[in-house]
Amino acid sequence: MTRRPARYWLQLAFTLLVCAFLVVPIVMSILAGLTTNYFVGIRSGLTLRWVHEVWELYSETIWRSTWIALACLGCTLLLGIPAAYALARVQNRWTRLIEELLTLPIAVPGLATALGLVLLYGGWRDFRASWLFILVGHVLFTLPFMMRSVLAVMMAVDLKTLEEAAASLGASFRKRFMTIVLPNVRPGILAGSLMVVTLSMGEFNLTWMLHTPLTKTLPVGLADSYASMRLEIGSAYTLIFLLMIVPLLVALQWASVRAQKG
Amino acid sequence: MPDQRRALLLAVPALAVFAAFWLLPMARLFVVGASGPEGARSYLAVVTNANYFRSLVSTVGLSAGVSVATVVISLIAGIFLQRNRFPGRGVLVSLMTLPLAFPGVVVGFMVILLAGRQGLIGEATARLFDERLVFAYGMAGLFMGYLYFSIPRVILTVMASVEKLDPALEEAARSLGASTWQVTRDVVLPALMPAIVSSGAICFATAMGAFGTAFTLATQINVLPLTIYNEFTNYANFAMAASLSIVLGLITWAALALARSLAGAGVAAAG
Repeated sequence: MTRRPARYWLQLAFTLLVCAFLVVPIVMSILAGLTTNYFVGIRSGLTLRWVHEVWELYSETIWRSTWIALACLGCTLLLGIPAAYALARVQNRWTRLIEELLTLPIAVPGLATALGLVLLYGGWRDFRASWLFILVGHVLFTLPFMMRSVLAVMMAVDLKTLEEAAASLGASFRKRFMTIVLPNVRPGILAGSLMVVTLSMGEFNLTWMLHTPLTKTLPVGLADSYASMRLEIGSAYTLIFLLMIVPLLVALQWASVRAQKG
Repeated sequence: MPDQRRALLLAVPALAVFAAFWLLPMARLFVVGASGPEGARSYLAVVTNANYFRSLVSTVGLSAGVSVATVVISLIAGIFLQRNRFPGRGVLVSLMTLPLAFPGVVVGFMVILLAGRQGLIGEATARLFDERLVFAYGMAGLFMGYLYFSIPRVILTVMASVEKLDPALEEAARSLGASTWQVTRDVVLPALMPAIVSSGAICFATAMGAFGTAFTLATQINVLPLTIYNEFTNYANFAMAASLSIVLGLITWAALALARSLAGAGVAAAG
C-alpha cells in the first residue's frame, strides 16, 4: 500500500462533493415521496399514501407516455434503420447533407420546433388535439439518435464486404437486408431503441407546447404537480418517474458499451 | 449503381417526415417571424429592443458561465475518477451518471429541494445563521440546475478522453523533471482540449435552449426561452415569438456546429 499524496485526498473530497450535489436531491425526493409529512420529517412515519394519490391523479399520463414512447420507437425503427443504411452504403456530399438535415431537430431548441408545428398545423383541430401531435414532435427529436446509433455499428462491421459476399452467392436485396444487415447491426438497434424510449419518456421542451389538457404526458404532469400540488405529491410522482427511467438508463449504458465493442 | 440508388431510396421516408414536420414548420416560423408590425426588422429586435437584448445577454452570460464551471468541475472529478482505482469507484461513477436521463423539469425540482423555500440549504442556513438562504427561483437557481444537468455528461466525456491519452507522453514529461502541475498544464490539458471545447459548446447550446428547468423554477426569469414562451402564450405576440425562436435556433445550431467541427460526431443538445 503506497501512501497517497495530499492532492489525491483533495481530489477525492472534491469528487465526493460533486457526487453529493448530484445524489442528495434524488434521495431527498425519494424520501419526501414516502414521508407522511415532509415538514415534520422522517419521524412522522413512512407511507405509500402519496404514491397512491399520484396514481389516482396521474396514472393516465403514465400510460400515455409509455404508449407514446413505444409508438415513437416503432416510427424511429421504421424510418431510422433504412435511413442509416442509405447513409452507410452511399457516402458522398449529398448523404452528408441528408445526415446534417435529419439531425437539425436536435440542434435547434425543442421550443422552436414546437412553435413551428403549432403555427403550421395548429389549425387542424383533430390533429392538434390528438396524441399524434405529440408523437410527431418526439419522432423528430429521437430519430437522429436511432439513426446515429445504427449508423455507427454499420460503419464498424463493414457492411459492404458482407453484402457483396452474399450478393455473389445470389442473395436478393431484400434477403440481404433481412438476413445480413439487420442481424449484424442488432447492438446498434438495441442501444438506439433504449435511447429513443428514454428520451421520449422524459421529453418536455417540445411536449409542453404540443400537449392539450386531454393529452398530458408524464413530464407535463410532473411540471403540473410541482406547480400546484404539495411537495410530497410532486416527490412521489418523481419517484414513480425514476422507477421507470433508471432501469432504462442502466440498460442503455450496458447496451452502448456492447454496441461499441461491436 | 442500381444498388446505390436503391440504398438512397431508403432514406426517402425519413426525409419526407422531416420535410413535412420540421422543414415546413420552420419555414412557416420564419414567415410568421416577419409578419409583425415591424416586418422583417423584428429579426433585429433581439438587439434593438432593450428588453429582448437584456434577455439575450443574460441567457448568453448564464450559459457561458455554466459551461465554464461545468468543464472545470468535470475535469477535476473526471480525471480523478479515470486515473485512480479505489473501492467503491464503480458505484461512485454510476451514481454520478444517474441524472443523465432527467428531463429539465425534474432537474428544476431537484434545485427546489436543495435551494427552495423548504430546501436543504435553507434549512441548514436557518439553523446555523438564523437566516434562511433561498435562491432557487432566479438566475442562481437556474445556474445550479444547468450545472446539475451538465456535469454528468461532461464527466463521461472527460473520462472517455482521459482513457485514450497516451501515458508515455506524461511519463516522458515526468522523466524530464516536470512537476505534476506542469504535466497537467503542458501535456494533459492540451491533449484534452478538443473534448473540453466540444463539451463546453454542447453545454452552452443546451443551456441556451433549455426550457423545462427554467419553467419549473419560475416563469419570470429573464432568459430567452422563457421570453419566447411568454410572448407566445401570454401576449399572443406570435411574430415576436417566432423571430426570437429563429434567432435562438441559429445560435444553438452554430454552437453545436462549432463543437462538431472540433470534435467529430456524437454531438447533440439534450433535454
